Amino acid sequence: MFKQIGFRLISVVALASLIIIGVFAYFNVKSQSSSFISEVERHANQLGETVVASTRFDMMLNQRDRIQKTINSIGKQPQIRDVRIMNKVGEIIYSSNPENINKMVDKRAESCYACHSEDQPLEQISITERTRIFKIHQDSNRVLGIITPIYNEQSCWQSDCHAHPENQKVLGVLDVSISLAEIDKAIIAREWEIVIFAVIAIISLGLLIAFFVRRWVSNPVHELLNATQQVGQGNLNCTIKYLGDNEIGMLGESFNNMTKKLSEARLQLFQSDKMASLGRLAAGVAHEINNPLTGVLTYSSFLLKRTKDNPEFQEDLKVIVRETLRSREIVKSLLDFARQSVPKKGVADINAIIDKAIAVIEKQLAIKKIKIIKLSENDLPKITVDANQMQQVFINLFVNASDAIGKEGGTIKVFTKQISLSPFGIAQIKKATCPKRHSLIDNEFKIDGLPALKVKVIGHGEENIVHLDPVYGKRRNQFYPGYKIDGDTKFACPECNNLLVQQDKTCPNCGAPVLSFEISGQGVYEVCSSEKSDWEKWDFVDSAGLKEYIEIKISDTGSGISKADLPKIFEPFFSTKGQKGTGLGLAVIWGIIDNHDGSINVESEEGKGTTFVIRLPLKQ
Amino acid sequence: MTKSTKILVIDDEQVIIDAVTKICSLENHQVDFALGVRSAIDKISQSYYSIIICDIMMPDGDGFQILDELRNRNVDSALIMMTGYSTVENAVNSLYQGAVDFIPKPFTVDELLSSIFRANKYQEIKKRQTDLSAQNNPSGFLYVSCPAKYLRLGYSSWMFQENDGSVLIGACDLFLKTIDSVRDIELLASEEEIVQGVSCAVIKSGDDRAHNILSPVSGRIIEVNHNLNLNTNMIEKDPYFEGWIYRVIPADIAYEIKTLVPYNSDRL
Repeated sequence: MFKQIGFRLISVVALASLIIIGVFAYFNVKSQSSSFISEVERHANQLGETVVASTRFDMMLNQRDRIQKTINSIGKQPQIRDVRIMNKVGEIIYSSNPENINKMVDKRAESCYACHSEDQPLEQISITERTRIFKIHQDSNRVLGIITPIYNEQSCWQSDCHAHPENQKVLGVLDVSISLAEIDKAIIAREWEIVIFAVIAIISLGLLIAFFVRRWVSNPVHELLNATQQVGQGNLNCTIKYLGDNEIGMLGESFNNMTKKLSEARLQLFQSDKMASLGRLAAGVAHEINNPLTGVLTYSSFLLKRTKDNPEFQEDLKVIVRETLRSREIVKSLLDFARQSVPKKGVADINAIIDKAIAVIEKQLAIKKIKIIKLSENDLPKITVDANQMQQVFINLFVNASDAIGKEGGTIKVFTKQISLSPFGIAQIKKATCPKRHSLIDNEFKIDGLPALKVKVIGHGEENIVHLDPVYGKRRNQFYPGYKIDGDTKFACPECNNLLVQQDKTCPNCGAPVLSFEISGQGVYEVCSSEKSDWEKWDFVDSAGLKEYIEIKISDTGSGISKADLPKIFEPFFSTKGQKGTGLGLAVIWGIIDNHDGSINVESEEGKGTTFVIRLPLKQ
Repeated sequence: MTKSTKILVIDDEQVIIDAVTKICSLENHQVDFALGVRSAIDKISQSYYSIIICDIMMPDGDGFQILDELRNRNVDSALIMMTGYSTVENAVNSLYQGAVDFIPKPFTVDELLSSIFRANKYQEIKKRQTDLSAQNNPSGFLYVSCPAKYLRLGYSSWMFQENDGSVLIGACDLFLKTIDSVRDIELLASEEEIVQGVSCAVIKSGDDRAHNILSPVSGRIIEVNHNLNLNTNMIEKDPYFEGWIYRVIPADIAYEIKTLVPYNSDRL
């Protein structure tokens, strides 16, 4: 779970939003609370000024009772904790709290400290300096105190009471303390709001990201993972559904493409394998059948000779001999199929072969109301094929097509054209030698049925043989377990120990040494010695450019082949024609095309028709 | 009608032995049989057989062992190979190893009889040849050996590669001498494919037998010597030059040439 890409993405996004929203919330709360406090400050200051102004007249008249009453009534307001007036030596003269009257306040006390922090008391201080926030004791609410100095005025020293001398600047201070309990509550409530907002924001952001990550990343990746595991287990028929038009969707498509190619290749491989074992089987069966058939044929032809003067027997025996000879031909063709001897190739025009095949079957098709249309590129180059075998291929395909079309009638279309395909992944190395002309082809060791290249690897006090893929571009190389190269590793010809590494040449991809093989008459083949790199180069083939093929497409408007049958149609003895067919037709075709180094593929849609695509290399 | 010959039939199947015995009895040959390679070697060591008809694949060995045995014992029996496993390799290899003929199973009575007839004739000619040589009579050659640079498949057919790469093929003189007289030749048409070791032409002899000429190479026929149809004697008169049969584009001559015997070898 913690290793899942989706989970990690969501975690990172959540963490980032947590940091951003957290920082934002912190500063927001801070500025909110400071604006609250300055509001209270302003309010307290105004209150102080008001008290001073409203008691001014009473002070002039030295009406102490009235001053005390005014202070009392102000002090009764719920938020106001205390209102007191101190004279310049710190004695509390008036207070909303009667117990404090006549008590002395230390100059170091918090209400005096603002002015008396210096040796010489200040006479003018700003509002922030006059404000203080404090706690009476640890658990009590915060309290905001503000002092308002009461300045000496002309009317004070000219008054009748002469209570204050003229040189005094500040007569005393009014100290108003306001409880911050309500404000603090509001601030805390605000903090909570912001925390709740932040939590909701982070969660909803996380959920939103989770949804889209699942949709765009996790699910498609899961799908891909599943499919690769399926392929790993050998199920090459699994396809990935459409994953969207993004990179992952493209990955899915190329994955599907890859498995399709892979399953085609596997089919071909499987087919050659099956052909080989079928060949052995057929040869064995033919041998076994030929002996009893010899008995029948010799005895019947013997009887035929002996009963020359008995026309009645002659007729019947002739039938036996004739049918036995027919059986002999059938067994012979079975053996021919099994053997599929090297095709007898000659230069031929593929269009002419197709025309010949059409001529053979045309009448039969006309009866079935089937039209055959040939669309061919003119002047296709001549090709080296076994004309008879190729004609057999086309006739078989036409017969199959006409069977698929049935009684309703339809069309068979034949297209021929020349195409070019890259030699990379196709060209085979057949003759490779070391500088002393020892063959490096190992006929004992085959990769995908083709003799591999062999190289002796000397290193770590050991000698091992590594087999390289003879097909240029495929790199299904067979390294032994624990294969590792370092500076001391040597690559040599197994026979003469001549080194196969080119000096001053390293793989452009990984820097490992490059092995080089002389391909007689076909230049030099170079390949990176590291099992990790896939660099290889065969200039001779590359410079020859694309390899030319002749492509023959045969499509019909018949019943098509079901998806389930499609992978089996080239298998020997697989037939959809019931008793009518032997199931060998397409298997033979496959074998013939394979013998010509060509390929045959089929595409079909049930109810719409089938297309066979044959590709034959122009040069063998 | 012909003089009796001692024939040994070797096959692991009784029905084949019975069939061959019956067929041979048509021409009054004496037939002995062996059901395996080992018992066959016993029989060969005990008595002489002019002709041996042998299956290639048997449970306790193969027909090539019989050929080796004959060569080791310096016995000049003519060996006819037969097999149900009729691959080109088997056919060609048999002839290369010294068998006089190769007949794929199943065969008809006529096919076997004409093969035995030729083997008999072959033995006669060889015997007379040795007699002549023993008498030191150099002018008494009974047949013409292949010219230089010709290669032959057994004693049946020859091939000669011309400068343009095409190959001429024809029947060996000794083969023709083993045939009573050539009455007719059935030829394949141009453009047809022929396969090494498989019949490529049939000679009908005066005594109404059909003799298959096994092709020395595989390839495609590009020219047929139709003069042979007009003048059937040509093939007997001049088998190596005017009596050629086909001109062929060979399919895989480099490989097939190894299974042919050079002109100057008298080994058969």
